[in-house]
Amino acid sequence: MGRRLVVIGAGMASGRMLEHLFETAPGAFAVTLFNGEPRGNYNRLMLSPVLSGEKTYTDIVTHDDDWYAAHGVTCRFGEHVTKIDRGRKVVISPGGETAYDKLVIATGSAPFIIPVPGKDLPGVVTYRDLEDTDAMIAASRPGAKAVVIGGGLLGLEAAAGMATRGAEVTVIHLMGHLMERQLDPAAGYLLQKDLERRGIKVHCKGATKAILGDGKVEAVLLEDGTVYPADLVCMAVGIRPETRIATDAHLEVSRGVVVNDQMQTSDPAIHALGECVEHDTQLFGLVAPLYDQAKVLARALVGDAAAFRPVQTATRLKVTGVDLLSAGDFAEGPGREDIVFRDPGRGIYKRLVIEGERLIGAVMYGDTADGAWFFSLIKDASDITDQRDTLIFGPGFAGGSKADPLAAVAALPPEAEICGCNGVCKGKIVQAIQGGARTLDMVRAQTKASSSCGTCTGLVEQIMAMTLGDAFSANANPPMCKCTDHPHEDVRRMIKTLGLKSIPAVMQEMGWKTVGGCASCRPALNYYLLSDWPTEYVDDRQNRFVNERNHANIQKDGTYSVVPRMWGGVTTPAELRAIADAADKYAVPMVKVTGGQRIDLLGVKKEDLPAIWADLNEAGMVSGHAYSKGLRTVKTCVGTEFCRFGTQDSTGLGIKLEKLLWGSWTPAKVKLGVSGCPRNCAEATCKDVGVVCVDSGYQISVAGAAGIDVKETELLCAVATEDEAMEVIAAFVQLYRENSRYLHRIYKWVAKVGLDWCKAQVVDDTANRRALCDRFMLSQSIYQKDPWAEEPKLRNDFAPLMDLSREAAE
Amino acid sequence: MNVMADAWLDIGALEEIPLQGARVLKTPKGCVAVFRAADDHVFALDDRCPHKGGPLSEGIVHGHSVTCPLHNWVFDMTSGQAQGADEGRVATYAVRVQAGRVLLDSARLARS
Repeated sequence: MGRRLVVIGAGMASGRMLEHLFETAPGAFAVTLFNGEPRGNYNRLMLSPVLSGEKTYTDIVTHDDDWYAAHGVTCRFGEHVTKIDRGRKVVISPGGETAYDKLVIATGSAPFIIPVPGKDLPGVVTYRDLEDTDAMIAASRPGAKAVVIGGGLLGLEAAAGMATRGAEVTVIHLMGHLMERQLDPAAGYLLQKDLERRGIKVHCKGATKAILGDGKVEAVLLEDGTVYPADLVCMAVGIRPETRIATDAHLEVSRGVVVNDQMQTSDPAIHALGECVEHDTQLFGLVAPLYDQAKVLARALVGDAAAFRPVQTATRLKVTGVDLLSAGDFAEGPGREDIVFRDPGRGIYKRLVIEGERLIGAVMYGDTADGAWFFSLIKDASDITDQRDTLIFGPGFAGGSKADPLAAVAALPPEAEICGCNGVCKGKIVQAIQGGARTLDMVRAQTKASSSCGTCTGLVEQIMAMTLGDAFSANANPPMCKCTDHPHEDVRRMIKTLGLKSIPAVMQEMGWKTVGGCASCRPALNYYLLSDWPTEYVDDRQNRFVNERNHANIQKDGTYSVVPRMWGGVTTPAELRAIADAADKYAVPMVKVTGGQRIDLLGVKKEDLPAIWADLNEAGMVSGHAYSKGLRTVKTCVGTEFCRFGTQDSTGLGIKLEKLLWGSWTPAKVKLGVSGCPRNCAEATCKDVGVVCVDSGYQISVAGAAGIDVKETELLCAVATEDEAMEVIAAFVQLYRENSRYLHRIYKWVAKVGLDWCKAQVVDDTANRRALCDRFMLSQSIYQKDPWAEEPKLRNDFAPLMDLSREAAE
Repeated sequence: MNVMADAWLDIGALEEIPLQGARVLKTPKGCVAVFRAADDHVFALDDRCPHKGGPLSEGIVHGHSVTCPLHNWVFDMTSGQAQGADEGRVATYAVRVQAGRVLLDSARLARS
């Protein structure tokens, strides 16, 4: 018999290594195989089908007792090796000492356990081996509740498997989208949608605070206070190389057991392979490189020359019915370009990342048929210059001629359906165009095509271009930015009709051409979403312009201005003292009175903002929102309280209006004025909304301007009571919030939709007015809060991350 | 004490930088903006737009680019190069993430 080979760990890598070894050099070694699990080699990758019930354990066994016997392998299953004595070349286990000439460490990886209270409760499992899988199968009774912590590859397979068995599964994921290491946000969004369709609840940006239960798992508590009841909790947040035995033996260990190209550790008699090793600072979790390592090690053990070179690998999610693949490097970088293909109707997303003449990464969702072809282009570093135009369509189009977008539309028969929402065929649209419909709006009005969800707008425009030739100029309404072909109006309409409730959802369903948008579309989308879905969309300050993110106006030198709210422009000696004290305390360089009857403290440093806010809060003042696309100020005159000409309490109404409207986000800033008589001292007739009091009541006029454009307001209506005035104004502001494009002031919006339409909505139709009011109040119930009090509690990024300026000065 | 003896300076945890946001590192030579993109890539640039000195750390981060909050110049965060029609470049610093900590190459911060 040959030399003695001891292998610690019967995983997929060591199993494959033994196969190669027995093929190339049968009889060269007498092998002893230790395994902590009480069984031999099986295909760990196939645990997911076992969990979902598509396979059984016996289906996935790779080496059975007969195989071990035939190759003379001494099996020591269920027996942990506790120590390696390198001096005497023996391993020590409960069964005694075993001598080796060559030793292979293949201990694999261990799951991360997040250190939260309750992590040791019965019912908390990981997802690494058959025991875990059996525990999940046992717990997945129909109606049972399971929580999976971790929305990566393993966690989602666990979730899908348990859901298939009938459990109610919730996935909690720390990051903003699922599988963030393999997928970009758009593909992550599609995946989430697919999983939700299968009844799996997904909670992203969820940090686990504790696992609750008395004697066994009962629920999971998140940092944000959410509680999910659970009969079983699966932790699948990640793995780390299992290196303890190597560390104890004083082998070189970094993140994993360090090996050279021959899979040799720092001790020439000891080799290692699999998930426990680190090669050239890299760790390995996918099976393909592990099999390569197995091949190399089998040759190295018998003295043949071989060297391990890691190659690119692709990741596939093994969830039945979800088609997803990512390969190569798909991060953005300098000199890298994206080719993005989106087919919202079929839920398909493909993204290719190109650097120079080569394809370096690919993410595909919904249709991965061409994955192998892309993967080979990445691996071979093929020059793709010639195929670039059609590359994303796959090998079917490879090298083909440039596609003419109009040719495809021209080829459609007249009865082909173009608009699915309204059942409009191509022939009908062509007829309308030939009958004189020269603009998209006219086609919409005559045929209803593209007037509902809007996804067919591009097709309709192509039909117009085809029918009208040069007479047609597409996009009379320009796209909202370079990231998309859709104008603002289309985006707003589709957010409503398609029920899009997140930025990745909008970008996917509307075919955004960039990853992550730009500084122009992100704030607009953030506004549209929070305005249309106040209770569902989660406002993200990183989508906002600096002033709204920091709740203060940035000045040219990077300092900020701070403006406390003065309701209706009225203040008190106590407030003035507090403002003066704050100006002194923070050495404010300038204190100025604004045009909207407020006091502006200019030149405050960012790190001082929370403190000065707290001081002003203390004196009873809140943020004046002098920086927001939102309600700014209500300017008033003194009215009947003091003025001998006043007809109504204009100050009082102004204060009431400001208390009603403050804190609301709007497409652009909104300023109000309330004058107590037609002398109009509050300059109400050049405001977005102005009220002029008269003896008989209140004249409400809208759409004034006093900036780049100067424009007098136009009368919306006259009402008799304060209550009516408030209802009309709230409804009008809500109409603006729901319909205007971002950054259009009210006067620009009214010029587009027409004052008559506004009157019909909020003056004539009283039921609609009330409904608008109700929706406004619903939004206020969420957004009417003082950022000065709230923000410093939610974040710590006002101060520098680190200050080296003082230390270096010492 | 000299914090700058080590070339790789631990400036904080990755979690302390908001996703698609930035934090500032104050140094004797001015501020450095440390950005965290949506895909967790980290970048460090001088916190000063070459146009009018705007604080880039307050810009909107999109992909691996940032838009200056004052006049909307767009910079590639990897190269520091202004994009589009604008011409200019912001100095960049080598930065990496290890075990959740952000490490910045401080060699360039040392006083010359």
